[in-house]
Order: sequence, then C-alpha cells, then structure tokens
Amino acid sequence: MRGAKSAKWVAGAIVVALAATACGGNGDGEGKSKGSGPAGYVSIDVGEPQKPLIPADTNESNGSYVIQSIFTQLLDFDSKGEIVYTNAESVTSDDSKTWTVKLKKGWKFHNGEEVTSKSYVDAWNWYANIKNNQQNSFWFQDIKGYDDVHPEKGAPKAEGMSGLKVVDDHTFTIELKYKMPYFNYKLGYTTWAPLPKVFYDDPKAFGQKPVGNGPYTFEKWDHKKLIQVKAWDGYQGPNKAKNKGVQFKAYTTLEAAYKDVVSGNLDMIRQVGPTDLPKYKQDLGDGAIEQPYAAIQTLTPAFYSKTFKDIDPKVLQGLSMAIDRDTITKTVLNNTRTPAKGFTPPGVKGYQNLDTDVFTYNPAKAKQLIKEGGGVPGNKFTVQYNTDGGHKEWVTAVCESIRKATGVDCAGDPKPDFATDLEARDNDQVKGMYRGGWVADYPVNANFMKELYHTTAEANNGRFSNKEIDGLMNKADNAKSLDESVKAFQEVEKKLVEHMPAIPLWYYRINGGHGKNVDNVNVDFHGDLEVWAVTTK
Amino acid sequence: MGRYVARRLLQMIPVFIGSTLLIFCMMYALPGDPVRAMMGDQAYDPTVVASIKKELGLDQPLLQQYVNYMTGLFQGDFGTQIASQRPIADVIADAFPVTIRLTLFAFTFVTLVGIGLGVVAGLRPDTLRDRGLLTLTLVLVSMPSFVLGFLLQYLLAFQWSVTTPTVTDSTDFSQLMLPAIVLASLSLAYVARLTRTSIAENLRSDYMRTAVAKGLPRRRVIGVHLMRNSLIPVVTFLGIELGNLMTGAIVTEGIFNVRGIGIEIYDALSRREGATVVGIASLMVLIYLAASLIVDLLYAVLDPRIRYA
Repeated sequence: MRGAKSAKWVAGAIVVALAATACGGNGDGEGKSKGSGPAGYVSIDVGEPQKPLIPADTNESNGSYVIQSIFTQLLDFDSKGEIVYTNAESVTSDDSKTWTVKLKKGWKFHNGEEVTSKSYVDAWNWYANIKNNQQNSFWFQDIKGYDDVHPEKGAPKAEGMSGLKVVDDHTFTIELKYKMPYFNYKLGYTTWAPLPKVFYDDPKAFGQKPVGNGPYTFEKWDHKKLIQVKAWDGYQGPNKAKNKGVQFKAYTTLEAAYKDVVSGNLDMIRQVGPTDLPKYKQDLGDGAIEQPYAAIQTLTPAFYSKTFKDIDPKVLQGLSMAIDRDTITKTVLNNTRTPAKGFTPPGVKGYQNLDTDVFTYNPAKAKQLIKEGGGVPGNKFTVQYNTDGGHKEWVTAVCESIRKATGVDCAGDPKPDFATDLEARDNDQVKGMYRGGWVADYPVNANFMKELYHTTAEANNGRFSNKEIDGLMNKADNAKSLDESVKAFQEVEKKLVEHMPAIPLWYYRINGGHGKNVDNVNVDFHGDLEVWAVTTK
Repeated sequence: MGRYVARRLLQMIPVFIGSTLLIFCMMYALPGDPVRAMMGDQAYDPTVVASIKKELGLDQPLLQQYVNYMTGLFQGDFGTQIASQRPIADVIADAFPVTIRLTLFAFTFVTLVGIGLGVVAGLRPDTLRDRGLLTLTLVLVSMPSFVLGFLLQYLLAFQWSVTTPTVTDSTDFSQLMLPAIVLASLSLAYVARLTRTSIAENLRSDYMRTAVAKGLPRRRVIGVHLMRNSLIPVVTFLGIELGNLMTGAIVTEGIFNVRGIGIEIYDALSRREGATVVGIASLMVLIYLAASLIVDLLYAVLDPRIRYA
C-alpha cells in the first residue's frame, strides 16, 4: 500500500515537470526556416549581436554586419580604401576644420520618412550625449561642443553640439575643434548613420526592430538563432542589394558553421576554424576566400614594466629581427596572416614600403643589436595573451624563435579570457609585452599610429610616450590637405621604426568561403564580406 | 508522506539562497570587468563605462548588489543583461526549452536502452552477450563525447545523409536525435553496467530462490521481485544524471549547434554577465534538488521497507 501511495506522488511530480516543459515548448516562436531560407535569400554565419541594433552602440563585428545592411552613412569605401559617396552628394572642406555636407535628394527611411540634414544632426547629438551611454560616443569628440554634451563628470550642459549646423534640408556643416584633414574618412564608420523620428519615441524598442535608410529592411530577430533582412526596393545608393534578402545565422562554433557550408545549409562563412583550415580550399574549391584586410597584430611592450622601462629601442629592433615571421605564418598560423613589414597594413591610404630590415629575420644581427642596446633586463620577458582566442600557438612559436635566435628567454603569460587580459592592460599590470591587435576604423594610415602611439591615445596601453613623435603627429594632423597629412604620417611611420613603440608581427587575412549556391562574394577593407553584392545562382 | 515532501521543499529555500550567494561571490571575485570587456580591443571611452556601471548598479559593494538582485528575484525579475539589454528571463526562456527537449530525449534513451541492455545481459551473466555488452559499454565509457559526436556526424550526416549535420530547428525531433544519442552514450554505458551488475547479483539472492520455489511465474519473478530490488542504485544514478545531462551538454551543444543552456552559461561566464550566470545556475540547483527529491520518493516505490513520515 505504502508503495502505491508514494507512486502517486512521484507521478504527480513528473506530470508537473512535463507540463512545465510543454509550456516552454509551445511558447517560443522559433524560425521554421530550413536550408538556405526563403528563395533568393543568402545566408551567412553572423552570431548574436552583443547589443541592441543602434548604430552608435555597436562596435563588434556581428552587430555591425547587421547595422551595415540596415543603415547607410554619408560615405563608404571601396576595396582600395577610396571614398565612395553613398547618402552624401559631397563632403568638402576648405580649411579641414569646417566641413560642408550635401545630401543626395529623395532618400527615404524604410518607413517613408525623408532623410534630411536634421536626421543626421539630431542622431549625432543623441549618440554623443553622455545620458544615452553610447559605446561609440567618443567618435564625435572632434566636433566642437562635444564636451558640453559629453562632460567627463556630471550631467550634460547642452542638448546639442554647437559645431553642427543645419543649413537647409539637404545641407549641413560640421565645425571641428581643430583641423583634421582626414575627418571625412571617419564618416565612413557605421556609427555616423542617421536616425528616423520614430527612434526617439522608444530607443529601446527601436534597438530590437530598427528602421534605417540602408539597402535592406529589417524583418525579424530570433534571438541567438537568426536575424533576417529583406532587400529594399526604394534604396538609391550604389550598394543596392543584388539578392532578395539576407539571413544572419548564429552558430555555436566555427566548425558547426563550416559543416553547414559544406553540406549546403549555409551560403557563406566569414572565418574557417583552425581545424578545417588545412582542407577548406579542397572542400570549397572556387568558393574559398583568402584575402588580406586592414588589420595588424603586434607585440607591444609595456613601457612602464620593470623589463621595458627606458629600454633602448635597439633591443626591441633586435627582438623584432629574431622573429621568423615567414615560417610562423606559414606553419603555425596556416597562412592566415601576412608577415608585417611596417606599422600600417596594405589597403590603407599611406601604406608604404619601409626601407628597413628591422622586420626581416636575421638571428646574427638580432643578437648584435640586443647586445649593443644593453640586452633585456634579466635576459627574459613575458608575452601576455588571452587563452580563449587561439593565440597560444603563435605566442609559443614567437617565443621559441626569439629564444633560439638570441638566447633571450621568452615565455607566455596566459590570461584565462579576453576580459581578464583587457583589465590587466587597462590597469598597467602587464609584466612584459602584450598581444596587441588593431583593425582599421577608417582606411587612413593615421588610424594605425595616432590612435595607438600618441601619448594621449586611449588605446595606447603600452604607455609609449615620445615628445618628438607626438609633435610630428600633431603637425601631421594640422596639414592643409589629406594628401599632405598622409605624407606626414608616412614620415612618422619611418620615425617609429627608430623608436619601436611595438613590434609589428603580421597583417590579417580573411579565410572564409561560400557554398555552390551563391556567387560574387567580395571582401571590404576591414575584412567583412559584402553581403549586398552576393548573387544567388 | 505529504509532510515529508513539504519539509523537503522548505529545506530547498536555504540551499537556494546559499548557493546563489556563493555563485554571486564567485562571479564577483573573477577578474575582468563586464562593461569594459564589452568595449573590446579598439579605443573606448572610460566616461561611458563609468556611466553604464552606475546605471546598472555595478559600482555598488558586493552585498548591496546581492540584496538588489535577490529583491528583484523575489519580484520575479531576473535582471537585465549588460550587453544585450534583454531581460534575463527572456534569455533563459529561449534556451531552456531547447535544453529540456534535448535532455528528456537523451534521458528517455538512457533509461529505456540502458536498463534494457543491462537486464538482457544481467540475466545471463558471463555468456557471450554479456561479454559483448561489457565490451561495447567499455568503448562508450572510454570514448570522449566529442570523438563520438564528430564520428557520428561524419558518418550519419556526410557519408549516409541520414540526418542534417547541425540542428537548424530545435523543435524538430529528428534533428535532435543525433545530439541526444551522443549526449546519452556515456550515461547509457554506466546505466547498462550498473543494471547488469545489480541484476546478476540479485539473481543469486535468497528471496529469488524462494520466489522461484514458490512456483511464481517467471515474468513475475523477474518483473517484480528482481527488478524492483535491482533498480535502486540505477534510480539513484539516473536522478543525478538528469542534472548532469542538462548542464554537461556544452560539448555536444557546440558540435551540433544546439542553442541550449550549456552554451548560454558558457557565453555569460566569459562575458562576466554575472546575473545571467547566477540565474541559470540557481535554476540548475533547483532542478538538482527536485531530481533528488523524486529519487528519494522513488525509493519508497521500489522498496516497501523504506517509509517517509
């Protein structure tokens, strides 16, 4: 009897558990799409965006893929890094300080509202306001009046930036705090997108269901599974969609996504995982994509650390020459990188061939330079990296190369994940060198120097500081024209070789691919696949 | 019986509070700032970081944060994710049904096949089929789940095209079958071995001889006398295993692209989304507690000598 009675209780508990599951099962509105989605749509592995879809709040690649499809800024770049006007008719300046923007007429948001000067000015003022906590708000810091809407402490003193003035519906002016000959290049970043009026009613809801002025209209977002956008007939820009729509599909691993490309369930993959790299060209045939883009990886010494405080640059030059970049990129990195020959990667305005052997493997000279420079204190140093990003292999290889060539002991200093790695960098706790990485925000050489090695630069985590270099950079920023500025920065780059604020290792390449169902897959300057140009077969 | 259940349920409250506090403290102790990590490698603005932290209450001391969190929780508010700004309840509601479907599928598989194989082998110990089962389970136990996962994926999806290589729709049970089998394989082996040993041992016991001597039909001897006594260790194992199947599926979820709770908690952990980790982990604690309660109640069903008051 006892047993039978207990059984009832158990049965009851199980029924409750099952009922709970059943509710959950019916509740979620899951995408029923299988294979490559609706006819004419193309699919690509783009994971869940970290943040809501607001242009100025997105700086990671998943989110910016989606933002780029829904929004269009004033201008864009071609694969050579030259300006292509999209929503702007022209962006000009006589003195590099006050810029005049003329918009193309007849442009509309997806909801029919016209894109006017006000759409831009209001949006930028909103983005820059500290109250709105936009991650990319510092992008507007060159504009006059930025400090009023974005003070370091306390509430904003003004609603808008005084440097932005609407002239008429299709013209507005931007006054900067100082001269900046390459300011128009900055405008190509997705952060500068305009916003329709509906945004201000409920920014939070907008971030889940954005309305833009780009080549695609937003369709749906199944969190962590899929974002779907549809080609927009009313789009007038040069990058009008050549397919019917795009599905951004989230995958748990690169390997899972790769398997779906091979089996035809997915059209494009942005990056092939390390396990599949050796065979992906064979698997995908013509669909394999291997192309360089404007990004660089460096070993950056922490100039506050015991080891590298007041180090003679000759030692750093020697260490640089002790790294066998050719062999490491070919073997350990499976040809996913191109050995670096300077501080600026190709595909960027001002890329030059530096006449130096500092980036060429030469063990004998490396040893000699290190000796001349007084050696590395303690004859050893560490390289800090995060273990969750696949860096361990090459850090080990680089260290091995240095040890073999010069006898300087080099060891990895692993941090469990990226967050911990960043914290140590921000708090000046790096013990030796750290793994530095930089992807172009805009394709001008200044971006790879001013933002990394100027004393006041936010991303200058090595705390490199040199008055001469600072002065040269400030001068280059004050040049009359873009060409002169680029040239001046080329001189800065030559000087950097003498001071070695970092040891450039290699430039990035994208190793992606596409399946048999699509064609015309191209890569833009910062390594993104251009989804709008993809055609279905 | 009812009082016993009520007492057990009440005991869950301190365990729940204690475990959430513990997990909360652990998350707090980890290095790395979630808001800063969100900004990534490129340039960023410390003013915005400070402002976001203030808004989310992340600048307050640990205990204050915990109190805020618990107050929210009792009002049914799991909090909001730092980066995505989605309610954590939504995030859990998205991932949980997927995991539960996968787990129940795997669990059913483990129970039916595992116990079945164990009984078949245990009734005839030291015969060819018994040896065969022992060898098979030995292989399953010693093979890491990702090896089995990739192997089955390669064979079934790419060589024979029986199923899709990854799960594109987690409500489709035919797609979930492969990951469920891979997930189940390890516990299946344990369950089969446990059942087999238990049955083989009890076959020789006195009450079995008595039952046979009494002239009871064979079906009743095995189905009631033997099975009920032999299943006690198996049920204990299965109860704990239910929780393991849910949380331990990260590898399998990764291989087959199943967006379940395992991946979710891993993501949250690496991004230092404290509230998400605590939320999911507390749910797992509740599930373990519930499973162990059910196991304890099942003892009474299986063994009439055990009583709860």
